Amino acid sequence: MEIKVLGPGCVNCTTLEKRTNDALAVTGVAATVEKVTDFAEIASYGVMSTPALVIDDQVVVSGRVPKSDEIQALLTRS
Amino acid sequence: MTTDLQAVRREQWRLWGGLAAAATAWALLYSFNRPFWDWLLFDSLGLDPETHLGSAIEFFFYDTTKIALLLVGIIFAVTVLRSFMSVERTRALLGGRREGVGNVAAAGLGVVTPFCSCSAVPGFIGFVAAGVPLGITMSFLIASPMVNEVAIVLLYGLFGWKVAATYVAAGLVLAIVAGWVIGRLRLERHVEPFVFETTLRGQPVDLSTELSWEDRFAMGREEVASILRKIWPYLVVGIGIGAAIHGWVPEDFFVDVAGPDNPLAVPVAVGVGVPLYSNAAGVLPLVEALHAKGLAMGTVLAFMMSVVALSVPEIVLLRRVLKPKLLAVFVGVVAAGILAVGVLFNLIL
Repeated sequence: MEIKVLGPGCVNCTTLEKRTNDALAVTGVAATVEKVTDFAEIASYGVMSTPALVIDDQVVVSGRVPKSDEIQALLTRS
Repeated sequence: MTTDLQAVRREQWRLWGGLAAAATAWALLYSFNRPFWDWLLFDSLGLDPETHLGSAIEFFFYDTTKIALLLVGIIFAVTVLRSFMSVERTRALLGGRREGVGNVAAAGLGVVTPFCSCSAVPGFIGFVAAGVPLGITMSFLIASPMVNEVAIVLLYGLFGWKVAATYVAAGLVLAIVAGWVIGRLRLERHVEPFVFETTLRGQPVDLSTELSWEDRFAMGREEVASILRKIWPYLVVGIGIGAAIHGWVPEDFFVDVAGPDNPLAVPVAVGVGVPLYSNAAGVLPLVEALHAKGLAMGTVLAFMMSVVALSVPEIVLLRRVLKPKLLAVFVGVVAAGILAVGVLFNLIL
């Protein structure tokens, strides 16, 4: 699984990255987490409000920081 | 199945019952704020409200409580309401609009769309790359920080609805006119070229429709906590300075130096305000104290708008997408607009 955290580096973005790593640890899902800070690349996902979470090239959350259990649900649903 | 239904119903009761209880507690705290501090500071601790120290301390505690309560209530309500809007939906509403009408729509949407300054750059790219004209994008970008919901409610709480309404109207007009002017100047070539080369993959994402009321309330609570965590130092410093001015600076101190008749008052206020970086919650206690000592309303509003709408960090961020000339035009047009608003209000208020 390929996970990307989109955000220029504000507080919310680091929170989202941390929660994503926590959720991965809890669920035991194997995945790579990449941080995307380049504005052009962020925008190319159609995301205009950061932070955003991308799982396998699919934007699943944008503009807010979901709780850890919500991220766990997103990780395990497929 | 019935137990499932009962569980759902219980959940609903808890959600809305909790909201009603919180609202009642809020209203009680708000109405007992003044009597409580009067009782504690003057009746119990024996401070004299007529002394400098007494009035400064009362101002500090009363104002801190009042502003904290107002902020909690407002941020929660606004976040829940805004969870029905998204930048993506706003962009869809603005796509294909012509200048003029488009500027008006963009300014209005700038107020209601959830948007933080760290999203300014992706937002800008997203708008421009999707074909929203530059001037209309600018109207949105100016209105969004300028007409700030925290500022609206604090102005209402501290000065009454006329000042709050004036502030909203001034901010909207400024965003519409400034965006329109920037659009007319045809400055597209001063946008960093990569913005136009950005291709948008697939459909823009809009996930705002999938939320339940529970999610929206949770978002409201989290937003309250995160904003308060972020702004409390500004708030305490702002109220502290405000309290000192309130207690020690003589009445009408500013009337001679910065009264409505002094043409230099507004430019100086804007000049001081632009490099200052704070937010509405930190600036307003200061503004309230300055106004009480005779600083004219237009000057005070211009000061607040320049602090809130233009800041060095935001300008640094925008430099990523705007070339220096366009950035200078942006700052110049907004500062000139704030100046005009201040001067105008000093004449009419």
